[in-house]
Amino acid sequence: MINLRDFLRTLLLLVFTTSGAFAGPYEDALPKFAADSYSDTEAAIGTVAASGHPLSLPLVEALRDGRLLASAGQVFIREPSGGLINAATGQAFGPVPADLKPVRLNNRVRRAIEAAMGGLTLLSSGAAARREAARAVFRSRDAAALRTIEQAIAREADPDLKLALQAARASILLGNEAASTADRLWAVETLRERGDQDALALLSSLPAGTQPEIVEPADRAADSIRSRLALWSALQNVWYGVSLGSVLLLAAIGLSITFGTMGVINMAHGEMVMLGAYTTFVVQEIIRTHVPSLFGASLFIALPLAFVVTGGVGVLIERTVIRFLYGRPLETLLATWGLSLILQQAVRTIFGPMNREVGTPAWMSGALELGGLSLTYNRMAIVLFAFAAFGTLLLVMKYTSLGLYMRAVTQNRRMAGSIGIRTNRIDALAFGLGSGVAGIAGVALSQIDNVSPNLGQGYIIDSFMVVVFGGVGNLWGTLVGAMTLGVANKLLEPYAGAVLGKILLLVAIILFIQRRPRGLFALKGRAVEA
Amino acid sequence: MRKQSVFDRQSIVVLSLLAATAVLVPVLNVSVPPGSPFHVSDHLIPLLGKYLSFALLALSVDLIWGFCGILSLGHGAFFALGGYAMGMYLMRQIGPRGVYADPILPDFMVFLNWKELPWFWHGFDWFPFAALMALAVPGCLAFVFGWLAFRSRVTGVYLSIITQAMTFALMLAFFRNDMGFGGNNGLTDFKDILGLPIQSGFTRIVLFVLSAAALAGGYMLCRWVVNSKLGKVLVAIRDAESRTRFLGYRVENYKLAVFTLSAMLAGVAGALYVPQVGIINPGEFAPANSIEAVVWVAVGGRGTLAGAILGALVVNAGKTWFTGALPEFWLFVLGGLFVFVTLLMPRGILGAAKDLWEQGKRVRSGLRRDAVPFAAE
Repeated sequence: MINLRDFLRTLLLLVFTTSGAFAGPYEDALPKFAADSYSDTEAAIGTVAASGHPLSLPLVEALRDGRLLASAGQVFIREPSGGLINAATGQAFGPVPADLKPVRLNNRVRRAIEAAMGGLTLLSSGAAARREAARAVFRSRDAAALRTIEQAIAREADPDLKLALQAARASILLGNEAASTADRLWAVETLRERGDQDALALLSSLPAGTQPEIVEPADRAADSIRSRLALWSALQNVWYGVSLGSVLLLAAIGLSITFGTMGVINMAHGEMVMLGAYTTFVVQEIIRTHVPSLFGASLFIALPLAFVVTGGVGVLIERTVIRFLYGRPLETLLATWGLSLILQQAVRTIFGPMNREVGTPAWMSGALELGGLSLTYNRMAIVLFAFAAFGTLLLVMKYTSLGLYMRAVTQNRRMAGSIGIRTNRIDALAFGLGSGVAGIAGVALSQIDNVSPNLGQGYIIDSFMVVVFGGVGNLWGTLVGAMTLGVANKLLEPYAGAVLGKILLLVAIILFIQRRPRGLFALKGRAVEA
Repeated sequence: MRKQSVFDRQSIVVLSLLAATAVLVPVLNVSVPPGSPFHVSDHLIPLLGKYLSFALLALSVDLIWGFCGILSLGHGAFFALGGYAMGMYLMRQIGPRGVYADPILPDFMVFLNWKELPWFWHGFDWFPFAALMALAVPGCLAFVFGWLAFRSRVTGVYLSIITQAMTFALMLAFFRNDMGFGGNNGLTDFKDILGLPIQSGFTRIVLFVLSAAALAGGYMLCRWVVNSKLGKVLVAIRDAESRTRFLGYRVENYKLAVFTLSAMLAGVAGALYVPQVGIINPGEFAPANSIEAVVWVAVGGRGTLAGAILGALVVNAGKTWFTGALPEFWLFVLGGLFVFVTLLMPRGILGAAKDLWEQGKRVRSGLRRDAVPFAAE
């Protein structure tokens, strides 16, 4: 029997609502839209939004889009498809009244609409819509949405969304003089847990007359958020520093090999990086025109090619120019500078002076949010790649015969020659290896820098600083140097600004070299005194 | 030790050529009618004056590189600092004729909403002070830098790289608007120098003659230093630094003295350069400029002084011609020049000419032998 009674009541309710005979707050508010007064419209929006009526969302949407029409006390919604429905009954309306006029909006009404939309979509079934609504309410702090939001919190199953909704509720309660002290303290606590910039702004902008038992915890919460944010931003800066450091590492390890093994200052090293970046560009162009499906793998195809191209150019340079200049480091410096000018101009002549577009494969775009950190995938890939390249090079130096010979030549060229190492060949190979590493650095840098003929010039001074700071001929020194300079640069940046930070760092390195003319990790032994 | 006269054959040739230029160019400009093929046109005079100031810069590089083995890749910084000192004087001379017509503040400061002159701009309206600063600022920087570097025995490529870092840091610094040197745009729109309108033909001739005189003076100063006992020690340091130190010479003091002197010469060159070109901006600090100055010396012949002048003139004339006629090729030529000179002509034009001359002499006297190989470092 009880079931039957319930059923009947529901049926009755349904009949009443659809027929319009049952007059709730929603129906009462409707004529206000037709009154052609902004303040009436605004009040009506609030009432409609709080009513919980199924038509309230379409109605407010229609109002926002200028599709809410009024005529002689009656209100109609023009559907996006063009049909008219009666806002009171939700039924299609046959004969169209002649004097239909859209309900007018001003900015105050628009704000009310925004707030109401937030409240109304809170209960919608799509998670994304609810998240958006929670965010809108959090921003608008519209007290009218309070009831809806409490309803929504009770219904919400997703813990993430629940947090967002609670933050929205807290934002309303915090500044609301009518709310109870307990509620407001709860709001302070919730906002403290949320702990972002918005929460900080809310907590630190309480109205002037707020009672001290709210203000004090709010201040404390604001302080704790501030220090948390500072910590996150310091961590973020460290991450940026590591990312810059790995870029420097990539650019400098090749230089560390050529300088360390051969004592050759290769000013054309930056141009090797540039050639690697252009190799990537060419590979991508070919893939784009012939096999677009391979685009995601373009960087992996470019890596060995860049190594071969720049390594080849390196060996060529060594055989044609540098081998005549051994033992004359200053002359080598000048000759390689000349080579760098020639390479730059050659690339400019072939590819033009403009920046070339190198695409980022889909798997490298996007970012990982980790607490307050935002780690972009392309930077992450470069950090990993730099360490992988560093590790590989370390293994090559340690466990291959080429590495063994190179180390022998580094330590004592003449002795190495006497026991049968062909130092000439090792020189050429070492130069090729250093240049090849620069080339693969170019592949990585093409992802974060402009690919232009001047690409290399931007890195050459920094790479030299890294090598000189870390100590020549020592790969670990290069790693430590690159990371130190990268992190120091990024930590200085927020205080001194990007340019001044860099200047300070350069001055610091210049002073450091006075103290330790051979860098952090100097080679020991007789070789250095030669 | 045989006492060498400062006025040897090379000096006499250099001085008389410079004197002839200083007389001939203005005469050809003023007295010869524009239609004649011998006429030196008005725009050529500041161009030639610019070359002469570059030659002075090359001379200062040669003094330390050619005679003391210090390869500075940052000499452009001293040049630019001297230029900025002169530029600041010229800015103050604009007075109320600037776009914003402020009697004291240069335009860019008005633009940045600055209310008063920064302290380091005071005094620059007085020419003797500005001229002193064009010498003192590069000199002091070189002194401090050299004192730090030479005392801790930073040598060879390490020194080259930190001098490059120095000029790079200065470039970044001068690009900043907050530095108070006009930022990106630098200092320009000059009107007067010592009461003379800077654009007038007469002023340009005066500046040209002054550049030639400064170059001659700089050359004689370098020649005097090189021929003195100090110069002999410098050459000893260049050829065997530790041996010189073991002989009891305070190597770092000698290096510091000559480095500072050289920086001041570069400052003078910069101060002469700015009024003739009409602008100084942070681009002058670019590391590439400093290296270019080194290649002038290398092309002309390192360690000869006259070669530095010759190299600066030849390379810059070539640059002007190429950037006008074949702009695409200039960097190829310049780059090729670096490689060619270091590989095949390590003693530059002057050295090669000398070799040819001596070879010819030997052929003439029937004593044919291979040319003596050049000992580089």
